[in-house]
Amino acid sequence: MYGIGLIKGLSVTLNRFVESYTEDIRWLVKRYAKVDFRSSKDAKGTFTIEYPEQQLNIPEEFRFTPFLVYDEGENGEKNIRCTSCGICAKACPPQCIWIVRTVDPATGRPQPQPAEFYIDADICMNCGFCAEFCPFDAIKMNHDFEQSSYTRNLKNKEILLQPASYYANIRPLNYAKEEAARAEKAAAKAAAKA
Amino acid sequence: MDSTKNTDVLDLANLYKDSVKADDRPGFSGFIIAKEKLFDIAKDLRDKYGYDYLSCVSGVDYPETNSMEVVYHAYRSSGGSALVFKTQVERVDPMEVPSLISIWPGVDLQEREIWDLFGIKFAGHPDLRRILMWEGFEGHPMRKDWKEAFYEEEAKPLKSRWPDGNHKYAEAKAAYGDNINFEAGFDPEKWTPTDPEEALYSALKKYQTEDVDGIKTDHLLINMGPQHPSTHGVFRAVVILDGEEIVSLKPVMGYLHRNHEKIGERNTFLQNIPFTDRLDYFNSMYSAWGYSLAVERLLGLAVPERAEYIRVIFGEMSRIQNHLILFGMLWNDLGAYFTPALYAFEERELMLDIFEAVSGSRMMCNYHRFGGVVRDIDPASMQKIKELVYERLPRKIEEFDRLLSENEIFVSRMKGIGYLSPEDCLAYSVSGPTLRAAGIPYDIRRAEPYGVYDRFEFDIPLRYNSDLLDRYLVRIDEIKQSVRILQQALRDIPEGPVLTGKPSYQIKVPAGETYGRVEAPKGELGYYVVSNGKGNPYRYKIRTPSFVNVTSVEKMCVGTKIADFVTILGMVDIVLGEVDR
Amino acid sequence: MSINELNLPDFNIPDDMEGKVTVTTLDRLYNFGRRSSLWPMMFGLACCAIEMIAAQAARYDMARFGMEVMRPSPRQCDVMIVAGTVTKKMVPSIVRLYNQMAEPKYVVAMGACASSGGPFKEGYNVVAGIDKYLPVDVYIPGCPPTPQALMAGMIKLQEKIDKQSISKVRWYQKGPDSVEIAVPFLGPDLIDPRRIPDIKAKSAELAVAAVAPAAESSTEG
Ligand code: SF4
Ligand code: SF4
Ligand code: SF4
Repeated sequence: MYGIGLIKGLSVTLNRFVESYTEDIRWLVKRYAKVDFRSSKDAKGTFTIEYPEQQLNIPEEFRFTPFLVYDEGENGEKNIRCTSCGICAKACPPQCIWIVRTVDPATGRPQPQPAEFYIDADICMNCGFCAEFCPFDAIKMNHDFEQSSYTRNLKNKEILLQPASYYANIRPLNYAKEEAARAEKAAAKAAAKA
Repeated sequence: MDSTKNTDVLDLANLYKDSVKADDRPGFSGFIIAKEKLFDIAKDLRDKYGYDYLSCVSGVDYPETNSMEVVYHAYRSSGGSALVFKTQVERVDPMEVPSLISIWPGVDLQEREIWDLFGIKFAGHPDLRRILMWEGFEGHPMRKDWKEAFYEEEAKPLKSRWPDGNHKYAEAKAAYGDNINFEAGFDPEKWTPTDPEEALYSALKKYQTEDVDGIKTDHLLINMGPQHPSTHGVFRAVVILDGEEIVSLKPVMGYLHRNHEKIGERNTFLQNIPFTDRLDYFNSMYSAWGYSLAVERLLGLAVPERAEYIRVIFGEMSRIQNHLILFGMLWNDLGAYFTPALYAFEERELMLDIFEAVSGSRMMCNYHRFGGVVRDIDPASMQKIKELVYERLPRKIEEFDRLLSENEIFVSRMKGIGYLSPEDCLAYSVSGPTLRAAGIPYDIRRAEPYGVYDRFEFDIPLRYNSDLLDRYLVRIDEIKQSVRILQQALRDIPEGPVLTGKPSYQIKVPAGETYGRVEAPKGELGYYVVSNGKGNPYRYKIRTPSFVNVTSVEKMCVGTKIADFVTILGMVDIVLGEVDR
Repeated sequence: MSINELNLPDFNIPDDMEGKVTVTTLDRLYNFGRRSSLWPMMFGLACCAIEMIAAQAARYDMARFGMEVMRPSPRQCDVMIVAGTVTKKMVPSIVRLYNQMAEPKYVVAMGACASSGGPFKEGYNVVAGIDKYLPVDVYIPGCPPTPQALMAGMIKLQEKIDKQSISKVRWYQKGPDSVEIAVPFLGPDLIDPRRIPDIKAKSAELAVAAVAPAAESSTEG
């Protein structure tokens, strides 16, 4: 009979309609626990995550634009991890990383410190190659996506720098892994010396 | 791979001794046909030897040998590997090779593209206009000696970035302070604008005044797009109507031509992977697969078992997600404004969550590497995938099926519309679900298996009416088969490494050519890559399903009503990132 | 305190003046009206557009901000989200669409491509940023910005609107911003009508430069 298919389809929508209310009632009290639920296989009814009040869980591997990591020294100085080796600038597909290597004014020899470090965030394609290939764990991908601005975004060294604690905070697993690898290396070095 | 299938490649050089020679450059294969004989031999290939499907036509520029080359990849629809044949012309304007459009009409747009980007003329092509750039644009940009305004160096990495990389906007270096270039002495005031549309309109069947019973009728010309809600992006179609009936139609594209190929030839091999993500942005997991496959072949690199399974898992998830979105968008076009699309996006979001957790980005996954994938699936994501595949997806697909498939309005809008005969499907080089809805069991996963697809049990869904409804149903079946593949892959996935060798950002690829193709959700996605032994590809050509499938739209549309055009185009399943590249 | 200062929407009204100052409250009302029903144009260019659609879909639901009504017609919308790569072939249409939008109108450059050409900046058919033609209000970096990032950008736009004043916004002023933007056209390359004298001078200069070495060599020979 003509119309059966239509009714079948409408029953699906009706079902969803009802579910959106039953789910609402179910989550009335635990409103803010629902982010997990709504990203799970059982999600039904209303599916909305109410950004900015709620936020989706950001997975560890999420990448937005890159930032530079520095270790906090004892006196609060910033020990930039980057050695300005240039690997990230070479690997970057749209070539949006610009690095000026520090040169010792006396000897003219390059020093392992970037004098300038620019990333054009308006070109960066968030591919993560820079973080992937940096041998010194000095450049990492940020989780902070709320970067919109009223002007273009050319980031210089000062803007890019973030403390290692920030990195440890957004990527705990990776951080732990890298720290372990570093400790191991240091131990091996010490053992070789002894 | 199946060895019996590989041996049946024709030895053209023996068959046509005086006009064909085998390509003996190191790393190259196939046959070079003298261009005078190209047409006749191509005809024989189709009629005598059964190469009824011409998949890919690429142009290559070789300034060192002062020649240009056109490379053809032909297949038999019964399966098997490619027959590669080429023809060369001297690199002096005007260059001309015979057009094969009367043998395989599917080369239409591809030949126009080569004319546009390389400046090789195809003699006998009835409508040889620029396609991606506009009529009147100066130069043929894919030639090796053509340089854009922001040109810096032949190959990346650029020297200005390190060690003395004081930031400078590209505009500051360009002659005109912007991404534009003019011939020296060009005077915009004296320049007389030519109507860029003139050639286009004259290619259409004109506003003929016909005498029907003594009444004069004018045909109506309608421009749809590039900004039109139902063209799925910046696609434009120019339609000539007789009343409501479509008389003639020309697709106009290039509004999203982002120069993938030119940029890709400057990039290193690795740098192209994130760019492939931006071709078919619904299926970045699949786009990168084809490219990795091609480069891995050149490198002779094996992929670890686990990585192969991971590729299949994500590939099939993209396929499900792609088809669901297609249905949602199709319904939008048909007037069921947004409800099905919203439902489809829910499932997609759940899958994208997994992509994001594993690869780092929802859409631009950048997950494949040569010789594997970048990182393993973490246990939590694996658990999520399993939950989706075993519990949620089957349920939701069934719900979707119930929502749409039997809806009478839907069926009556789709049944019998957009018919394309199986012979035409092959002739027009149509690939993907559209081809299988015409009853031709051609699926690269079976015809020329790649990855570990030969280990899974799955059917190639087939339908025989070749109308819109069948194309829809084939896709529903495909989703179900994908779930089946996923279930097997999740069951069988072995432990182990996911990447062969050490990750490296500089890869030297041995000289040679290769064509890697995969059955992407939209059809055959192929990468023709030529390497000259350096760090960046010499030629990087992308054969995208959307672009080639558009060739057949005119054939499907003529004779139907204008309202059906939207549905037909929707069912071809184009994505503009792929059409225009 | 000058009148103009009073007129700024971010000026806090002292209690004793409450109810007496009309222009300020008018601004607020006006801003509230505009910020609460920003209708975007249904207008997608590339990959970013898919994230824009995702932001409209159930998961993120921009309707919560009054931005759900995507209008295909430029006449009915307030904000143009330029979502994707702007190509030379497309930019005349985009500028034309912008000109057709009714004021007040805003432009959001979503993603790297719309902001400055993005990864495709070097391409020969790519416009290096829509801000070369249109006045962009908010730039959202990212490739693509996630739907949440897009919403953060739209909230930023709302904040900007909150600070605007009727008497200052560009479309009620005389000046270069209030007029229609000249539509670029396609010649041998993209030509911006505003830059014609520039282009002419530069190409003449190049022609001289091209002739000069030739002439030099001929005098030498
Ligand atoms: S960030 Fe890393 S890769 Fe880049 S220059 Fe610094 S140390 Fe080298
Ligand atoms: S994320 Fe990719 S594009 Fe962005 S700076 Fe790093 S390498 Fe370059
Ligand atoms: S910014 Fe990135 S995601 Fe957006 S359109 Fe450009 S390439 Fe696509």
